[in-house]
Amino acid sequence: MDPMAAIRDTFFQECEEQLAELETGLLAMEAGDLDPELINGVFRAVHSIKGGAGAFNLEALVRFAHVFETALDELRAGRLAPRPEIIKLLLRATDVLADHVRAARDGAEADTEHSQAMIEELRTLGPEGADDGQAADEIDGLDFQPIALQPEPAVARSAWTVFFRPRADLYAKANESARLLRELASLGATLTTLDAAALPDLDALDAEATYLAWTIELATEADEATIRAVFEFVDGDCELEVTSAGADSPQAAPDLDIAALIAKAQSQAATPVDTAPAISEARRAPVAAPAPSSAPEQPAGPAAGGTIRVDLERVDRLIDLVGELVINQAMLSQRVMEAGLTRVSGVAMGLDELEQLTREIQDSVMAIRAQPVKSVFQRMPRLVREVAAQTGKAVRLVTEGETTEVDKTVIERLADPLTHMIRNAIDHGLESPARREAAGKAAEGVVRLAAAHRSGRVVIEVGDDGGGIDRVRVKQIAADRGLIAADAPLSDDEIDNLIFLPGFSTASEVSDISGRGVGMDVVRRSIQALGGRISIASRPGQGSTFTLSLPLTLAVLDGMVVSVEGQTLVAPITAIVETLQPKAQDVHALGGGAQVINIRETYVPLIDVGQALGYRRQPLAAGAGVALLIEGEGGARAALLVDAIQGQRQVVIKSLEANYRQVPGVAAATILGDGRVALILDLDTIVAVSRGDQRKAG
Amino acid sequence: MTEPTSNAGATARELISFRIGAQEFCVDIMAVREIRGWTQATALPQSPAFVRGVINLRGAVLPIVDLGARLGFDSSEVTARHVIIVAQIGPQLVGLLVDAVSDILTVTDGVIQPTPDVASDTAKTFVRGLMAIDGRMISLIGLDHLLPEQHLEAA
Repeated sequence: MDPMAAIRDTFFQECEEQLAELETGLLAMEAGDLDPELINGVFRAVHSIKGGAGAFNLEALVRFAHVFETALDELRAGRLAPRPEIIKLLLRATDVLADHVRAARDGAEADTEHSQAMIEELRTLGPEGADDGQAADEIDGLDFQPIALQPEPAVARSAWTVFFRPRADLYAKANESARLLRELASLGATLTTLDAAALPDLDALDAEATYLAWTIELATEADEATIRAVFEFVDGDCELEVTSAGADSPQAAPDLDIAALIAKAQSQAATPVDTAPAISEARRAPVAAPAPSSAPEQPAGPAAGGTIRVDLERVDRLIDLVGELVINQAMLSQRVMEAGLTRVSGVAMGLDELEQLTREIQDSVMAIRAQPVKSVFQRMPRLVREVAAQTGKAVRLVTEGETTEVDKTVIERLADPLTHMIRNAIDHGLESPARREAAGKAAEGVVRLAAAHRSGRVVIEVGDDGGGIDRVRVKQIAADRGLIAADAPLSDDEIDNLIFLPGFSTASEVSDISGRGVGMDVVRRSIQALGGRISIASRPGQGSTFTLSLPLTLAVLDGMVVSVEGQTLVAPITAIVETLQPKAQDVHALGGGAQVINIRETYVPLIDVGQALGYRRQPLAAGAGVALLIEGEGGARAALLVDAIQGQRQVVIKSLEANYRQVPGVAAATILGDGRVALILDLDTIVAVSRGDQRKAG
Repeated sequence: MTEPTSNAGATARELISFRIGAQEFCVDIMAVREIRGWTQATALPQSPAFVRGVINLRGAVLPIVDLGARLGFDSSEVTARHVIIVAQIGPQLVGLLVDAVSDILTVTDGVIQPTPDVASDTAKTFVRGLMAIDGRMISLIGLDHLLPEQHLEAA
């Protein structure tokens, strides 16, 4: 990759982290935590984004971040009280900042109107009188910088004297005097004088030290703040004096001993060369360069937690290899056992230790891919603010268990379903403030988002304290849409689950928030695609809670190992509701080879897996084998008949498509302890195929 | 080793020759990743007869194509003496089931004769040319179309 592009990528990655930190900090402040370190952290996040953006010439972003930073500085200095409405404004500003960052990353135009409105709002927080002259000028100066380059005789120019002496730190942070001087020259006419008096002879020259200073006579229409803004990123790393020389009277150039200067310049030639390595070094980490130098009392940068960035591919390769190791270790144990070597002293013990080590390595490697759900939870406060504003409801989001760790891919694929569920919870779940008060509840509704580990899976709950599911209406709608018979006797639980049916949407008028043609059936499908399950619990007047149960990783799967016609197959356990031994009298033929089985007075299709996959022509005799009762997409049940169950096992998922292609009825493959490949069943497709629904199978 | 039958200046290619029944075939050595003994494959449902199933190749799932059956010969009972040639076809790795690997040939393009015009589509699809070496006829196999096409499941 082009090195600049790589640096840019890093910058935007770090921006996301800073934005997350910013939002977390503001939310903590909203909750009443006023630790100065917290406020500093928030300030630092915006400052770092601004600094990095400046290095990449992202003007719109710098401009917004600057106003934001100014407002935060007021807060930090204690001139602005962190009142709730101020924090709320800052949170909305965070959203706009995030938009700016994303727009800059994608090379798109930020929403200038929105941004400008937010800038106006933020200015009202600024220092005394900031909303008149100074700040506005400063912003205009930044905004119209290219215009200022053209001579405009109508505007009165004033003369300034700028004295600039960089310190070694300035170069160490990859800033360059020449660039600053050029920048200054863009403000107006300059006359620059080099003060090289401090320059020692070559043998006394310290390559890391700085010896030069400049005095710049500047004639410009810009004001002092604009001039100082040029040196903003080197603030604290240089001596800077800006003095007004009054009227427009450019002084004569001071006499210079040119010959002496050239002589010295030749001897100093080493200085710029020696700064070069430092510059290129720092360019690799552009965000680190503009360190929060304006606040030297703060620790520079985030506390070193000792983390590294690693290419995801490398981690996945490691996970693959460890998968091999686990399989190989199992094979070795089996072979040693077969050879009868376990009686030899030490071998059995060695094998046991090897097994333990392998498991530990596997767990540790899996943990590398694990990330706290925080990264997806963090996107939700913004969503809640937006949806609350659109619906005119007062909503408070409560999150719990943000540190719960799950596989990165699971987290990524969780964002959409969670977004949808939270939209639903606010739009459909919570009542309007008036209705809430009438029901004796607080006007502000609560949406709860919680994550926790439970028996090897992660459980995520999305709850609201709204009105709960209106069962009469849900049943009516389902009947109207022909999803159920109008007089179907349904339990409360069954009615609640109707909302997962495809084609069901409870919004009486389609709102643009959740009525986008995406129903809970899509949420359910995406959760199932992750190997998870979703359920709902609702209490009238008290709210509803959706519970997602997800696997910790997509690399392994809990499987029921079964045999069919001599083949070993794996059925994902998440889909299996129960297993039973069918009695001959419960199995009935429906004609055309179709069979149903009577399970507690309900007739469920019985599908012979061996027949469905083409391993045998005739189904097992009635009463033979074991049936797996599964619940597929849309909640439809079916019983799958296999010859025998071998046991439950965690298996490593291997792609079949990598070297072959998709096979109908097979989701993936895995490798068992004996080194053989076993196929993982795609239960939904098997059921669909047996229904003759070929389209679905494709 | 067969004596290279090369003309000076022409580019030489290396081929691996193998036997299926009484016939001899060869493939470009650049496509061959490794050669391994036969291990029992796991049958794949909904697959053509020439796909013997999949085996575990150090953690990767490797499909096994019975090359004899693919070329339209009668498929024979697989024994422990059969050999799997692991070949790279595009981005995929595929195992070719053959009776035995016989030789490495170094030939120039001039030695390879074009496939004679025969009625069989199978021959036209897979046989890229013929060569006569030491009185034996060896067919050069092109690997491009060995795997079943993806559109099979469109039904």
